[in-house]
Amino acid sequence: MELSRRKLFKIAGISAIGLNAKPVLSVFADVHGQTRTPDTKKDHDALTAKQWGLVIDTRKLKTSKDVEPLIEACHKIHNVPELKNERHEIKWIWDEPYQHAFPTKENKYLDDRVKNVPFPVLCNHCEDPPCVRVCPTNATFKRDDGIVLMDFHRCIGCRFCMAACPYGSRSFNFRDPRPFIAETNKKFPTRMKGVVEKCNYCAERLAVGQMPACVEASNGALIFGDLEDPNSEVRKVLKKNYTIRRKQGLGTGPSVYYIV
Amino acid sequence: MLELALKGDKKYWGWIVALLGVIGIGFACYLWQLKFGLGITGMSRDVTWGFYIANFTFLVGVAAGGVMVVLPYYLHNYKAFGKVTILGEFLAIGSVAMCILFVLVDLGQPMRVFNMFLHPSLNSVLFWDTVVLSGYFLLNVVIGWTVLEAERNAAPPPKWVKPLIYLSIPWAISIHTVTAYLYCGLPGKGFWMTAILAPRFLSSAFAAGPALVILLCLFIRKATHFDPGKEQIQSLAKIVAYAICINVFFFLCEVFVVFYSNIPEHMDHIKYLFVGLHGHGAYVPWMWASMILMVVGIILLVNPITRRNEGVLAVACAAVFVGTWIDKGMGMISGGFVPNSLHYVNEYIPSVPEVVIAIAVYSIGALIITVLYKIAVSVKIEVSG
Amino acid sequence: MNDKNKIIAGLIIFGVIITFPLWYNMGKASPVPEPELTTTAKAAKQCVRETEYMTAEHMQLLDVWRDSVVRYGKRIYVNSSGKEFDMSLSNTCLDCHSNKAEFCDRCHTYASVDPYCWDCHIDNPKEKE
Repeated sequence: MELSRRKLFKIAGISAIGLNAKPVLSVFADVHGQTRTPDTKKDHDALTAKQWGLVIDTRKLKTSKDVEPLIEACHKIHNVPELKNERHEIKWIWDEPYQHAFPTKENKYLDDRVKNVPFPVLCNHCEDPPCVRVCPTNATFKRDDGIVLMDFHRCIGCRFCMAACPYGSRSFNFRDPRPFIAETNKKFPTRMKGVVEKCNYCAERLAVGQMPACVEASNGALIFGDLEDPNSEVRKVLKKNYTIRRKQGLGTGPSVYYIV
Repeated sequence: MLELALKGDKKYWGWIVALLGVIGIGFACYLWQLKFGLGITGMSRDVTWGFYIANFTFLVGVAAGGVMVVLPYYLHNYKAFGKVTILGEFLAIGSVAMCILFVLVDLGQPMRVFNMFLHPSLNSVLFWDTVVLSGYFLLNVVIGWTVLEAERNAAPPPKWVKPLIYLSIPWAISIHTVTAYLYCGLPGKGFWMTAILAPRFLSSAFAAGPALVILLCLFIRKATHFDPGKEQIQSLAKIVAYAICINVFFFLCEVFVVFYSNIPEHMDHIKYLFVGLHGHGAYVPWMWASMILMVVGIILLVNPITRRNEGVLAVACAAVFVGTWIDKGMGMISGGFVPNSLHYVNEYIPSVPEVVIAIAVYSIGALIITVLYKIAVSVKIEVSG
Repeated sequence: MNDKNKIIAGLIIFGVIITFPLWYNMGKASPVPEPELTTTAKAAKQCVRETEYMTAEHMQLLDVWRDSVVRYGKRIYVNSSGKEFDMSLSNTCLDCHSNKAEFCDRCHTYASVDPYCWDCHIDNPKEKE
């Protein structure tokens, strides 16, 4: 935040510096009326939180068919390409059977329902994300609202974050993704070859007051909200139901909870 | 002194031209990779580091191993090594240059590499690795060049270079320690998550580095009028013998911990490498070959009769070098990524262009080392003659 | 010192090679292109900042925009006259300047700069496929 403001001031006042340094440092809009320093702000509809979190009620997801609309909603609006080559695959959200979603919680004698439940998996937007720790350029970072985000402009494609993520949530653009996007959403950028990408908790939708696309498409199976707010819907759901998280023994603090 | 590299016989120039040819082919492949993306390699969403980073890791070891020639001379006043320290330093320069190139060719967006210094993240081990590697490169360039120049002028090296030499010794340890920290601090990567990784890296470095120096010494004696010396080679051989023993011992420690504790996340990777997992086992023959080579190396190097025979010694050094290359390069990286975080087994096999680019990087290293060694040997001959 | 001729000849060749682009392109300089405005852009009279500033500093402005949106989650830009804009290259800039070829590319080609914006950002948000 500091940085962007400082940068703005620098550019806004670059000519003023020579004459008088003071106007650069103070917002003088109110005094002179028309010559206010340009500024940036959040949209007034923007949704805010201290740590966004997601609860996935797997009781409401019977087969892969129930997860498909979530995946489609997400991948369509974010221009996620569909690459046939499995090595180059890019996915933000997809479904896995229990033993692969929770490989450290292997259970030899699973009940029939859980055995067949498709578990939607995505970036966990961890409280203490190892991917952010290892990124050499701060291209992946944790925002104030808990979202672990990618700055595609800055990513050098070293893929250290992919090695560090214990959930396999990250994909790398092994080639130009554009030819593999069936229908481009023109409101959202695509990616270029050589950068890493992953789920962004729909930061661009939250910024204008919308819920994440997967949540909207889930018919109530996905509940999204502020984990730090005791009155939020996610907290209420978490209070009533026993939930599990992926590999929480690693101390990353995943913010995606599963009701089994 | 650079002009010394310009005077050579036909074989010397032939070798240089051959290297340049290979570099040219590799460069063409690299241009292709730049255009298409890293998709021309065998890497995947699950195995995100491959042949490039494997060779990078191994070569950091070779660079660090060069210090084993420097340390006895400066810290223990072992005079005999005075003749060969320059070979260790110049080998380090070539190796670090290759390391940096391997990291560069592995990047998806190499034009943005300076973001590492524009927006540095002090939490990132990769940032620190860049710092220690470039530091080690500079140290060796300055030290090697100054000391050699002084030798040529039959003068003692300037006083200011001594502290740099002492600094370069712990610095050599640091480059490989930091490189190990790239891997061993990642949660959920059971194969790498072991405190013994840095010591393991160092032991294999102190085997592979000096083993290569021995091979180069034997070659120099054969090809030029400069003899690095029998005693020097034998002392180096003892260092290789100890280091490779410790390396295998460390590996066995790992095997004990992993299999006695019986924790799947740690076991599965070693199982994949040595016996295969869920029907996948492309690395099984390689890993056993590596083990056999290292054991053969130990037998030949520990036994004084075989060690003193320089022909056998060359074979032993080659075995150690190749054995550690497979173990630390291919095995270490692939093994860590397979099975993946969701416990799927997706194997990694390097692609042809990927291998060609890697060979070209090795050729650039060979070119640097050839030129530097040519200068060093010419100075040595000049001084003694 | 018997290499005198070789040195001079070498220097001349060096001089010729290094100045080659200058005399090769002599007299061929193309005129400075003028970015073309769409009717919407003309009607708006002023961009988010005054034209002079936009011509000289649009890249710095875009740099601030991208950091603000991506890293700080602030998507609204308030200019010096208090007007608000959604900071989006494709959805705001190109909404008005919908003629990328005449507005952006012409100058960029002339100045021989190749910004990689369009590798990701959609360059024709208004066109139908």
